[in-house]
Amino acid sequence: MAIVFEKPKALTDAVLHYCPGCPHGIIHRLVAEAIDELGIEGQTIGVAPVGCAVMAYDYFACDMIEAAHGRAPAVATGIKRCRPDNIVFTYQGDGDLASIGMAETVHAAARNENITIIFVNNAIYGMTGGQMAPTSLPGQVTQTSPYGRDVNHCGWPIRVSEMLATLEGPEYIARVAVNNVKNVKQAKKAIKKAFENQIQGKGFSLVEVVSACPTNWGMTPQKALEWVESDMLPYYPIGVYKDRTAAKEAAK
Amino acid sequence: MAQRVLMKGNEAIAEAAIRAGCRHYFGYPITPQTEIAAYMAKKMPKIGGVFLQAESEIASINMVYGAAATGCRVMTSSSSPGISLKSEGLSYIAGSDIPALVVNVQRGGPGLGGIQPSQSDYFQATKGGGHGDYRMIVLAPASVQEMASLTIKGFNLADKYLMTSMILADGTIGQMMEPISFEEAEVETYEKPWALTGTEGKRKHNIVNSLYLQPDALEKKNFERYERYKIVEENEPMWEEYMMEDAEICVVAFGIASRVAKNAVVAARNEGIKVGLIRPITLWPFPKKALRAAADKCKSFISVELSMGQMIEDIQLATECLRPVTLCNRAGGMIPSPDQVLESIRKAQKGE
Amino acid sequence: MAKVTFNTDLCKGCGLCVNACPKGILAIDAEQINKKGYSPAVMKDQDKCIGCAFCATMCPDCIITVEK
Repeated sequence: MAIVFEKPKALTDAVLHYCPGCPHGIIHRLVAEAIDELGIEGQTIGVAPVGCAVMAYDYFACDMIEAAHGRAPAVATGIKRCRPDNIVFTYQGDGDLASIGMAETVHAAARNENITIIFVNNAIYGMTGGQMAPTSLPGQVTQTSPYGRDVNHCGWPIRVSEMLATLEGPEYIARVAVNNVKNVKQAKKAIKKAFENQIQGKGFSLVEVVSACPTNWGMTPQKALEWVESDMLPYYPIGVYKDRTAAKEAAK
Repeated sequence: MAQRVLMKGNEAIAEAAIRAGCRHYFGYPITPQTEIAAYMAKKMPKIGGVFLQAESEIASINMVYGAAATGCRVMTSSSSPGISLKSEGLSYIAGSDIPALVVNVQRGGPGLGGIQPSQSDYFQATKGGGHGDYRMIVLAPASVQEMASLTIKGFNLADKYLMTSMILADGTIGQMMEPISFEEAEVETYEKPWALTGTEGKRKHNIVNSLYLQPDALEKKNFERYERYKIVEENEPMWEEYMMEDAEICVVAFGIASRVAKNAVVAARNEGIKVGLIRPITLWPFPKKALRAAADKCKSFISVELSMGQMIEDIQLATECLRPVTLCNRAGGMIPSPDQVLESIRKAQKGE
Repeated sequence: MAKVTFNTDLCKGCGLCVNACPKGILAIDAEQINKKGYSPAVMKDQDKCIGCAFCATMCPDCIITVEK
């Protein structure tokens, strides 16, 4: 018998601290699988965010740096501009990327910074205990929207992929989900492509991964994945929002 | 004899940085440091370097953080309100123990303040600015020559002690033109085994990080850092003494204020007053020993500052409050005249 | 012929593998408590395993190895 599935080498032996059923572990694994398959671990430098994934620097076996909240794209820019031959990725949550770090995100995209961003959207601030995120759904109950997100009071959730796709700059913007086997496999492909784009010098590639937070949503892990399907994906549809190279080829 | 060139203070910083091996500059426009960015924008692309105008001061300091983590010599420059924004990154850089060079061409504050020269960021530079226990090496140039020499020195010290070096200048010296030489400071290089370069499969992964959730681990990190700071305090204070041999009154001033003060000291000497000047060149580490020694000889001190009196507190501490320290100051972008300083010296002579 | 191995000590008992298994041969063993204090996932009927690795695909903790 041959091994058909095992833990990727680009993950260290550190035990993941995430809550039971938290898809961060799945997304970490997909990133690590992409790094393994592309054989780039020795060249890769990762940027960890502030949020639940703050300790990602312990989990990825490549060189790692921990950025301030929202600043990962700026930190990645600094790294990439010094070491253009290295592969640089950030791993960020919704509060980090779409709230406090929106400026860094938009401008890195506008510059077509040749980096890869893995953006985990689970519609809540996890690490701080379940506050409303920039991507929390209308009506969603959180610790800081206890009566449900009132869009007249605090505005509408932001569709990051759609917004970034309006920019000239970025090469590739895709939204995937990790709520079932089929979607996980699709997510893997998008993440790998986002790294391949960087290797090929194509530029800014962001994969928004619609994820879940069973703990702060107050659901079992399986119920949370079902809520992704029933509530998250209608507002945040899966799809490729921008693919410059594919668009060019289609135009030929 | 070393070749001398006529340069503006801000441009001297930029050129010196390039000569120190800096090939990455990340900045955001603000008056009155504009010439640094403009110089870098022109020069960097021609020498294989990177000039990048970031979307904000916050982004630019975080670009510096990332670049510094790769072991590159990297810098940013700004002015007072911009440094406030950069303080987040300064704290992370300190907490991660990596080297960087940051220039603050100060302007009057608080708030948006003004755009005229000031020294009112002394506290921010020497006492922190950002959150947490940390220090920066703070270098205060008083001439265009020092804008260049201290920039090179700042890169050396940053690499040597894994700290941020801040050039705390002001708009006057930034705009001033003087003949300078770039050969007065030597460029040193240091090994950086901690740098993020990719493991190449040859070593365990390097991590640049300031998060330590276990309080004992964080305490240990802070203690280790402060052991290093202690060495800096021991080895690196720099200052200039002028006419201090027989001085009974000691004027203390840095940067542009020291040039005004020097004129006043000469004028007072002509009146027969035994006065001298101590000019701190490093504001952190503060030249405590020089000040303490002066307290044994002098009957009083005068702090000349372009602020409401910030360095004066360090003078009082360094002299252990053995002697009175008076403040001779202007603020908000105004500069004291030599006559104002002379009047303060006369008053001190009379024991007022 | 396929084999699924769990690193049981690291299992958090989330049950996502159980739901993902098309053959329904995985279960959370309420009788057991692992080192982390969770009731871990276990294989009930190895012979029926087809080695699809759906369980490992959905496992957030990378504790499943699949051989075929």
